[in-house]
Amino acid sequence: MGVDAADMKLWRTPFDQAEKATKPGKVLINKERCKGCGYCVEFCPRGALMMSEELSPKGYYLAAIADESKCLGCGLCEVICPEFAIRLASNGNED
Amino acid sequence: MTNMVTVADNPIDCYLRVDRIPHIWCAGCGIGPATGCFIRAIHRTGLDPDKIALVSGIGCTGRVAGYVKLDSFHTTHGRALPFATGLKLGNPDLNPVVFSGDGDLIAIGGNHLIHSARRNIDMTVICINNFNYGMTGGQMGPTTPLDARSTTSPYGNFEYPFNVPYLVAASGATYVARWTVLHLRQLERSIAEALTKPGFSFIEVISPCPTVYGRMNKLPRGLDEMRSYQQRSVIRNGADPKDADIALDGPIVVGKFVDIERPTFWDMCKQMLDRAGMQKKP
Amino acid sequence: MSEDGILCGEFFMNGDVACAEGAISAGCTVFAGYPITPATEVSERMSERLPQVGGIYIQMEDEIASMNAVLGASWAGVKAMTATSGPGFSLMMENLGLGVMLETPCVLVNIQRAGPSTGLPTMVAQGDMMQARWGSHGSYEIIALAPSSPQEIFELTITAFNLSEKYRVPVLIMSDEAVGHMSEKVVIPRVAPEELASRRRPNVAPERYLPYEPDEDLIPPMAIAGEGYRFHVTGLTHNERGYPEMTAEAQDRLVRRLVDKIRLNRKDIIRYEEVGVEDADVIVCAYGITTRIARHAVQQARDEGIRAGLLRLITAWPFAEERIRELAPQVKAFVVPEINYGQMVLEVERCAGKARTLLVPHMGGDVHLPQTILEAIREAVQ
Repeated sequence: MGVDAADMKLWRTPFDQAEKATKPGKVLINKERCKGCGYCVEFCPRGALMMSEELSPKGYYLAAIADESKCLGCGLCEVICPEFAIRLASNGNED
Repeated sequence: MTNMVTVADNPIDCYLRVDRIPHIWCAGCGIGPATGCFIRAIHRTGLDPDKIALVSGIGCTGRVAGYVKLDSFHTTHGRALPFATGLKLGNPDLNPVVFSGDGDLIAIGGNHLIHSARRNIDMTVICINNFNYGMTGGQMGPTTPLDARSTTSPYGNFEYPFNVPYLVAASGATYVARWTVLHLRQLERSIAEALTKPGFSFIEVISPCPTVYGRMNKLPRGLDEMRSYQQRSVIRNGADPKDADIALDGPIVVGKFVDIERPTFWDMCKQMLDRAGMQKKP
Repeated sequence: MSEDGILCGEFFMNGDVACAEGAISAGCTVFAGYPITPATEVSERMSERLPQVGGIYIQMEDEIASMNAVLGASWAGVKAMTATSGPGFSLMMENLGLGVMLETPCVLVNIQRAGPSTGLPTMVAQGDMMQARWGSHGSYEIIALAPSSPQEIFELTITAFNLSEKYRVPVLIMSDEAVGHMSEKVVIPRVAPEELASRRRPNVAPERYLPYEPDEDLIPPMAIAGEGYRFHVTGLTHNERGYPEMTAEAQDRLVRRLVDKIRLNRKDIIRYEEVGVEDADVIVCAYGITTRIARHAVQQARDEGIRAGLLRLITAWPFAEERIRELAPQVKAFVVPEINYGQMVLEVERCAGKARTLLVPHMGGDVHLPQTILEAIREAVQ
């Protein structure tokens, strides 16, 4: 379905809420590339990502998904990652 | 549940030299996102990537040339602009992009910067400004804000920095914009506009440098610098470049400042040839 | 002038202008320069003539920009040249090195004037000869030609382009103010396309192309920008892919090849002219404008009964060391007149074996008198 309006800090419900329901995206993180900078975690508008305790082969703490259901598929994580380490699997929300 | 993959899978990978990824830039460096914006901008414009020649200089940003799958030239310090000018002269169908850093383009390359803008040569310049010389360990440069610390200004920088958009606009650039690396969508759009606009286009990209500049100026993690951009940046499209100074803790004015029309170098050359009764051979 | 703008016929022109016409006959279509006496006329002639042949002249903001614009134009696939004198030559050194490292065909003309520093801007010297060889940092090998007349600078400019395209190396023309500013008859022939060399192009698909994989002659085929090869080239020490490889092994492989590329092909590159060396007791070894005075002195010596000969260097670099070594056993001495305080004489001395080497220096400002060289010849045979 769509994202629950109550979850988002909106001052009113969007008029096209029903037609423009967002579909959650599927975030894929490349273990070899991630350097644990934290940008994806910080700037995800929904807080769907987190820093994990897992170490990459190069010794960086990896980013990870905190809550998949929160993902809007906006793609900001993919675009902001300095390492090209995040890919948003196609969910029809791109462009 | 985390979906982790080890296979290189990013949609912009076709524009990257994946055999050289992961790149050398530090965790949190802004050059990576800026490069991503650049690649997506190329895609957005639909321009032929074979005709885009990327020229860079020396420094962390200079390494972009080695990671992007275009005809790319990693040249000497400060000299990317005249090299790109030569490329354009040799083949006017080429679309040269100069992608380099603040020290490379504005200090040692300063003379070439103002002259290339003056000539309005058709090229796009992406200048990553991280306020210091990162590759060599964090020395001050012509964009280091007043009072900022660096390895060669240990008591605080006492030289006034350049207001880069003002400098470039005054020199004659026909497209001048500044974004921080955080303004990803706007940056991508700006680069796309610059790539398709004839004339000298210049985009300053404010970028975190966590390992040196940030660390020496109380912003030790990339996140700290990015958050500071979030707080300090003010989008003012059409602002007068005169007002684009950056103080150490002051506002960062971003936006598209200049977007004007002026005959390019080739336009003027053709006019001259017509007057003289000659034509350039294809 | 023919329809394509290239000259053909007999002309009366100075060396600078002849050099420009040589470039145009060679197919040069981009010139990036900066005015400097006594090379300014090369720029001025190119600015007038290049539009007539469909080329482009650009005046860059300084010599550093000029050298880089020439490299960029070459990488876009055209023949490009710049011209300067001592102070500008010094500025161009770093990027001459870039040209060597990227293996970029191009021509750099130095109409030498007296130095050091600002020196005598309008007057002759030959004081940049060692700088031509060693001026940029690092280990490399370069080709430098030394014309002695406007006719010869015309011809050698074409030779310079041919050598630079064949060997993928910047080629220097080490002329001087005397040749540059003297006006003489220059015969400009119709240069046939077969006489002009062009860089070897890749013959594999772009995905399989390696920018620095050499052929057997140590020269790699050259792709140019805009043709889909998507190559990367860098001034950093690199591997065959063109990617930076910062190891001692890569350095050895690369630098050795850059140097051997020229050294092992010396026979093809080195040119000289000999007059009366077969039975000579003393050989005058000269280059550039000085050879014209030396010829005179050698003739006078012969008239006096001294068996003197002349070895005229046409390529200053690589140095004709084999020939000097060959001639050394048969002569008492080499006499080296040059308009500096001793530069090429060091090379001659290095190869002269048991033969003496006499330097006839001249600090600059004008050329030697034949008498001075004749006196040295007389001293040499004692």
